[in-house]
Amino acid sequence: MTRILAWVALILGMLYFILPLVGMTEFSLSMRRGVYSLDAYTTILGDPRFRQTFGYSVLMAVATIIFGVLLVVPTAYWVRLRLPWIRPYIEFITLLPLVIPAIVIVFGYIRLYNTSSWLPLTGSSMGTNLLLVFGYATLALPYMYRAVDTGLRTLDVGTLTEAAQSLGAGWGTILFRVILPNVLVAVLSGAFLTFAIVIGEFTMAALLDRPAFGPFMQILGANRAYEPAALAVIAFAITWACMGLIQLVTRLQKHTRAGA
Amino acid sequence: MAYLDIAHLEKSFGANRVVKDFSLPIDKGEFVSLLGPSGCGKTTVLRMVAGFETPSAGAIRIEGKDIVPLRPNQRNIGMVFQAYALFPNLTVAQNVGFGLRIAGVAGKEAQTRVGEMLDIIGLPLAEYGARYPFQLSGGQQQRVALARALAPRPRVLLLDEPLSALDAKVRVRLRGEIRDIQRRLGITTIFVTHDQEEALSISDRVVVMNAGIADQVGSPFEIYNRPATPFVASFVGTLTPFEATVIDPRVGTVMSGGLTMNLGRPLSAETGTAVPIALRPEAVQLGRASGREIILPATAREVEFMGSVIRIRAEAAGQSFLLDTFNRPDAPPPQPGEAVEISFSGRDVIVIGV
Ligand SMILES: Nc1ncnc2c1ncn2[C@@H]1O[C@H](COP(=O)(O)OP(=O)(O)O)[C@@H](O)[C@H]1O
Ligand SMILES: [Mg+2]
Repeated sequence: MTRILAWVALILGMLYFILPLVGMTEFSLSMRRGVYSLDAYTTILGDPRFRQTFGYSVLMAVATIIFGVLLVVPTAYWVRLRLPWIRPYIEFITLLPLVIPAIVIVFGYIRLYNTSSWLPLTGSSMGTNLLLVFGYATLALPYMYRAVDTGLRTLDVGTLTEAAQSLGAGWGTILFRVILPNVLVAVLSGAFLTFAIVIGEFTMAALLDRPAFGPFMQILGANRAYEPAALAVIAFAITWACMGLIQLVTRLQKHTRAGA
Repeated sequence: MAYLDIAHLEKSFGANRVVKDFSLPIDKGEFVSLLGPSGCGKTTVLRMVAGFETPSAGAIRIEGKDIVPLRPNQRNIGMVFQAYALFPNLTVAQNVGFGLRIAGVAGKEAQTRVGEMLDIIGLPLAEYGARYPFQLSGGQQQRVALARALAPRPRVLLLDEPLSALDAKVRVRLRGEIRDIQRRLGITTIFVTHDQEEALSISDRVVVMNAGIADQVGSPFEIYNRPATPFVASFVGTLTPFEATVIDPRVGTVMSGGLTMNLGRPLSAETGTAVPIALRPEAVQLGRASGREIILPATAREVEFMGSVIRIRAEAAGQSFLLDTFNRPDAPPPQPGEAVEISFSGRDVIVIGV
C-alpha cells in the first residue's frame, strides 16, 4: 500500500515538474501553424542581441567563478585549518544570499558605490561590471562555499598541510598544488552551478543596467510569443548541461577510487 | 657536541603542562625512539622539533643553531605521519619529487633522485612511479611517505607512530626496513611509538616518557635491564614486582616474604629500608638449572601458550611468579594446578631505580 502511495507521489511530482516543460517545449516548436518547426530557435540564434548578451553573461560567469574560487577556497581552507570554531558562523553568512533578495543587495551597492560616493564604481561601465561580478559572487556563495567545504571534508587538511610544510612548501604552494587540485571536482561543481545562476540572472543585471542575457530574455518575453519559450528551453538546456558536466567531472577524476 | 640538541623544552596548552623540562642531545646519525603511553607528550615534542608547535620554553638546536624561530618550511626536517598523508592528486613519483621541486632540484637530477629513493624503498620507478596513492597498500603508502620525506635530504627525520596503522606482519618488516634505510643514509632520526618492542628493537637509544617527562634515556639493553623508575619497569616488558627489605647492603642481600636473596652486588640503600625489586619472566626457570641457586616448590596457576614461548604464572613461597619457558615439542607444558619447581638467581633480580 505504502509502495503504491510512493509511486503515486513520485508520478504526481514528475508531472508537476515535467508537464510545464513539455508544454513550453511544444509551444516553442509551434511557431509555424500546423507543423512543428525550429523557427523560433533560428530567429533567436540569428538575433545579434542574443549573441551579445549571451557572450557578455558568459564572460561575467567566468569572472564570477574565478573571483569566487579565489575567495572561497582559501577562506574555507583556512577556516578548516585554523578557525574550526567559526565554521557555523561562516556557514550562516554564506547562506544569507538565499534569504536576502538580490534587489536589496543591488540597492545597497548602488547606494554605497554611486557616482557621489568615495568609490564611484557605478560611474564607469568597467566599475559596474566589477560590481555585477561581486554581486554574482554573493549569489553563488552558498553553493560555492558548500561545494568546496564538502570537498575539503574528504581531505585530512591539517596533516596534508603539515606534510607539505615539512617538505618546504609555503602557503601559495600548499594552496595551489595541494589543496586546490584535491578539491577541484568540488570547485568545478560549484563553478557550473555558478555558471547556471549567472546566465539566467535578471535582477542585478537589470538594475545595474548591464547588457546581460537575463534582461534580454525579459525584453524578448515582453514583446514576442514563441521566441521566449524557445529561449527558456535554451536556458534550461544550459543549466542541465552544467549539471551533466558536474556528474562528468566527478566520474572522470582520476585519482580517487570513485573514478578508477 | 650533539648534532640535534633539545634543551629544557616545555610546552603548555592553557594550564595543561604537556611537556616538562625535556632535554635530549642526539648525535648525528643516531636513531632515537620516544616511547610512552598515549597522551604522554611524544607527538608534542616531535611537533615542536618540526615547527608545528611553538615551545613554551627551551631551545632546539641543530649544529648549535637555534631553530625555534624558523617556520616549519624553513627547517629542512623530514616528517612521516601515522596517516601517511600522501598527496592524493599526485602520483608516487610526483609525491616523492614534491620536496625536490620546492628545493629547486629539477629535470634530470630530480628524476634520478626520485628513482634512487624509490629503489631504496623497494618500489621501482618503472613499476610504481605512475601509480596514485589509492592504488597502493598501506605499507607501500608509508614507504612512499618515507621516500618523500627523505628525498630533499633533510637534516633530521621525524616519524610519528608510522607503523601504527599497519597490520602486525607489515609492521615488523617495515620497521626493519626503516632502520636499514636510516643506517644506510646515516640520517639523524627521532621515532615516536607507544610499542615497546618496536622501540627496543630498532633504536640506538630509547627515551621512555611519562606524563611529559623523560623518565629514562638509555640503550634498549639499559632500559630493559636497568629500569630507572617504577614507571619504566612497569611500562617496558613484563615483570613480577616484589617488595623487599635490605638485609645487608654491602653484599646485596635482601629479603622478600620468607625468601632471602643475594643480588651479588652492593646496594646503595641502608639496612632495614624497603626497595622495589622485580624479576623478568625469562629470568625464572621451570625446573632446576645450573647457576640458579634459589629453588622453590611451586604450583602452576595459569599457562599461556604463545607459540615459541610459554608463559606460566606459578605460586611459590606465598608469591606469584611469572616465568617464560621455550616451547619444546617433546615436553608439553604443566597443567594449571600441577606441582612444579621453579628456580632463579639473585643476580637476575632487578632493583628498580638503581
Ligand atoms: N593542540 C592541543 N591543544 C590542547 N591540548 C593538546 C594539544 N595537542 C596535544 N594536547 C594534549 O597534550 C597531551 C599530549 O599529547 P600528545 O603529545 O599528542 O601525546 P602522545 O603523542 O604521547 O600520545 C594530551 O593530553 C593532549 O590532549
Ligand atoms: Mg601521538
